This record gives sequence, structure tokens and C-alpha cells, in this order.
Amino acid sequence: MITQIKNNVLCVTLDGEIDSYTASHIREEVDRLFQINRLTHIIFDFENVTFMDSSGIGLLMGRYRNVAIGGGQVVLIKVRPEIDKVMKLSGIYKLIKNYTDEKDALAHL
Amino acid sequence: MDLNEISIKFRSLPQNVSFARATLGAFLTQVEPTVEELYDIKMALSEAVTNAIIHGYEGNGEQYVEVKCSYNNEKEIVISVKDTGKGIADIEQAKTALFTTMPGEERAGLGFTVMESVVDKVDVESTVSVGTTITLHTKL
Repeated sequence: MITQIKNNVLCVTLDGEIDSYTASHIREEVDRLFQINRLTHIIFDFENVTFMDSSGIGLLMGRYRNVAIGGGQVVLIKVRPEIDKVMKLSGIYKLIKNYTDEKDALAHL
Repeated sequence: MDLNEISIKFRSLPQNVSFARATLGAFLTQVEPTVEELYDIKMALSEAVTNAIIHGYEGNGEQYVEVKCSYNNEKEIVISVKDTGKGIADIEQAKTALFTTMPGEERAGLGFTVMESVVDKVDVESTVSVGTTITLHTKL
């Protein structure tokens, strides 16, 4: 996972497999950076994610709740077709939008 | 008649979910699944093993999860995931999308919904205080 801060946005480039084990590490680090830097939005880059089960949906829903309290948004970029399947099944796109790239996502925040 | 079968047993630790996925993935290359078929099987397995560790044993890593996987000439695959944990009191409720007994833990409550959407059939046998066995059936 690589993280970058751009103005009030936390950009998180995820990689590898997201399951209950890796999701708990991602959650801790993302929440820590988001809080100490007093940020508003989070962008999750899914380009290098090779697997995600429903633990990833729990992770995203939790971040959505935290960020929404401060009036911010969680957005996704570059979600691959195999990962898109579980996203669609969960209905999470009603809360969290998927954009083609970071530039596109930043334009919508 | 099964053509081949494996059985693996591992401690109920969250880091073993990826081990189970990788092991079954390696075994099932023998039936030459497509990338998508293998992804779906790993997905269902991941949900079932996570269910055993997080719900069955409630995070107690000193217990064991047993996974069996077999296939036959018709490429019918059967995977069972067994725990001897707390069991599921109401299986229909557990299968309901977004139902979770752990809302504070950021569980999406989608485990069974995901399993049922990626394999042909999901059987659940469970007895409270005895344990749960989830059996996944799929044909390539």
C-alpha cells in the first residue's frame, strides 16, 4: 500500500489481496493518516488489487461512514472487472463512485 | 467417484485465509479452470474460511479449520470448510444479505450472498456449540 496526501485528499494505492487479515492493516493505517492530517476525502486506487472478498466491502463502508461525518467522500479509481463483480453485488456504488483515474476523481471531489 | 481429493487443517488465524486460497488454487489447476472460474472459487472459499475464523471461533486463533476439496471426471468440485466453533443459530438469517452479528467490526454481512453468487450450490450444516460445515458445489 502506498499513501500520498494531496491537499485535503488521502490517496491510497492498494495492492495484492484484500481479505479480513489485510483489510484490518489497511483500516488502521488509513484511519491514522486521515485523522492526524485532518483530511476530508479518500481516493482508493484499485489498479493493483488482485483479489478482494466481502471484507473489502466492510472496509470501504467503514471508511465511507467516517469520512461522511466530516462532509467528505470516498471514491475509487481503476477497479478491475473481477473486483467490480463484488462491488456491484454489494450495492456499494450507491455510496461510493468509481472513476477512471485520479484526475477524474479529483475533479469530482 | 472422486478423481482426487485433498484435506488441509490449519489454525484459525486470519492470515491463513490467504494460505487456504493459494493451496486450493494450486490444487485446482489440475482441472484447468479459467482465470474467472478459479477467482470465483477462491472468493467463495475466502468467505467460508473467514466465516469459520471470525464467526465460528470469534477470533480465537487456537482452534482449527479443516478444508477438504475434491473433483471428479466431470469437473464437479466440492469444497467443505469445517469448524468446531459456536455454530449458527439461524441459518436463514445468517444467509440474509447485510445481516451481521458484528456491526461494530465492519463486517459487510455479505459472506453467504457472495458464496451463493459465485458457486452453483452452498450447503450449510450447523449445530449451536458444536460447529459449522459449509459445503460449496460447483461444476466447471
